[in-house]
Amino acid sequence: MSWLTEIVRPKIRSWLGQETRDVPENLWRQCPACQQMIFHKDLDANLKVCPNCGHHMRPTAMERLAWTFDGGVFTRIELPKAPADPIKFRDQKRYADRLREAREKTGLEDAIVVAHGLVGGQPMVVAAMAFEFMAGSMGAAVGEGIVAAARLAVLQDAALVIFTASGGARMQEGAVSLMQMPRTTIATRMVKEAKLPYLTVLTDPTTGGVSASFAMLGDVQIAEPGALIGFAGARVIEQTVRETLPEGFQRAEYLHQHGIIDMVVKRGDMRETLGRVVGMLRGVRVEPAEQAA
Amino acid sequence: MRPFLEFEKPIAELEGKIEELRQMQEPGGINIAEEIARLTDKADKQLRATYARLTAWQKAQVARHPDRPHALAYLQALVTDYTPLAGDRAYAEDAAIVGGLGRFGGRPVVVLGTEKGDDTDSRVIHNFGMAKPEGYRKARRLIELAGRFNLPLLTFVDTAGAFPGIEAEARGQAEAIARSVEACLDAPIPIIATIIGEGGSGGAIALATGDRVLMLEHSIYSVISPEGCASILWRDAAQASTAAEALRLTAEDLRLLRLIDTVIPEPLGGAHRDVPAAIAAVGEAVRTALASLDGMDGPTLIARRRDKFLAMGREIPV
Ligand SMILES: [Zn+2]
Repeated sequence: MSWLTEIVRPKIRSWLGQETRDVPENLWRQCPACQQMIFHKDLDANLKVCPNCGHHMRPTAMERLAWTFDGGVFTRIELPKAPADPIKFRDQKRYADRLREAREKTGLEDAIVVAHGLVGGQPMVVAAMAFEFMAGSMGAAVGEGIVAAARLAVLQDAALVIFTASGGARMQEGAVSLMQMPRTTIATRMVKEAKLPYLTVLTDPTTGGVSASFAMLGDVQIAEPGALIGFAGARVIEQTVRETLPEGFQRAEYLHQHGIIDMVVKRGDMRETLGRVVGMLRGVRVEPAEQAA
Repeated sequence: MRPFLEFEKPIAELEGKIEELRQMQEPGGINIAEEIARLTDKADKQLRATYARLTAWQKAQVARHPDRPHALAYLQALVTDYTPLAGDRAYAEDAAIVGGLGRFGGRPVVVLGTEKGDDTDSRVIHNFGMAKPEGYRKARRLIELAGRFNLPLLTFVDTAGAFPGIEAEARGQAEAIARSVEACLDAPIPIIATIIGEGGSGGAIALATGDRVLMLEHSIYSVISPEGCASILWRDAAQASTAAEALRLTAEDLRLLRLIDTVIPEPLGGAHRDVPAAIAAVGEAVRTALASLDGMDGPTLIARRRDKFLAMGREIPV
């Protein structure tokens, strides 16, 4: 188990503070939904949910893990290395350079972080996609991360929870990124065959090849309020059907209404919900008296 | 006259001249006959030279050629007793995905294909080969049917992608595609997928998660269309040709990357210039692929298929 690494509790504070470290203007952040200015400490204390309108802002993958695990305690695992730049892609910039920049900017290897620990008292492996890393796009490294997370869940007899946040496949890896759809689907099969719960939490945004693979294969599917979730991009749809898109189209509440997800859960209720659902799926009994107390 | 692609213009002009001379030709017009022979030779050389070094973007155009044989052409020619099956049992029948029972070389099989249509009417009926959730749900139903009755599954993929529409999203396009891929991965039967034209992203892989994946020489298989990629990464759809090159979406590229198994050579000048020969070549390649899986039981097939897809992206051959 050499790929299990450090326990990260002491570092969490510094991660949470990172974005707002030295620039005074960053002490205040404007809510993109209601335009209200929010003091950064209030925003962090409220899990990056606007205290005024309830808008859920996009967090980093590390923030996600800190919020999800009990007491913010988790053990991050080192992910197997994936081949970088498999098709030697270059647009106006070289993919190799884009990768390097994203790594420098985020301190992450790629667009996924995997950790294990307790969530609502239940042992879980949690994979959080990092939208801050090239829009959370899925290439070989993300595929590898999902497979590693699934293997770890089976090994530890733990539930698997994946927080998705992705613009879709990473086109700089060409068809290699497309093949991550079956690859990640195999990962979900491994967890299900071990009779372990597999839950997805769809966060803003979850689209393209990620939505059309492991994201939609959860035993239970949860979404954060207002999250954009869908296969095709809104602009492509508008160009194809030449119609204005309905109000709230492809948002979490719309998907709930259309029977595609089980529930829309506020960020502040996520840990409790995950623990409760996984506990029941795993047959944990709680006597009524215990519950009342 | 068949529609010519932009890069085929010099060949088209020669063939036009040959046609003109043929019209003029009278019995015993020896000079004209010589001229026709000379021009025919020239056109042939030009065609050979052009098709020997098609760029990725040119291949994308050949893959989308309106006269290229589509899925139903293969089903009709290669499958006997073809018995179409319809519907997802929940919402609708989606003619963008065709399929059913049939016999391939006498052996009962389940067939599936994305059908683009050959003329205005049939293109509308088949929604230009762009399936909706009910199409992928029908596919899943047929894949599971094949598994239950131990029939091999043959798929013929030719789609620009899944249909991008309001209703398709409302009915769960993403989930429908994911379940179709999952059904392929879980099927205890041999699956031979052939990309015969365009392999457009998730809408294609939904039917192409096979034990053997074959591609016609001038077909393409990509995570995004060259135009889409160009407009996102170059902010200019006119850069499609550059994007097509960068995406490495040709059959030969994918074979080198070990993402597909076999490239099926096409007749000179593309499948549309000799449809029967192209279909026969596909038939032969499918037969060979199917024979290579003979004697493997369900669990073995599933395990090998998983290993194959799990390896994709783990190691990349140069
Ligand atoms: Zn707000």
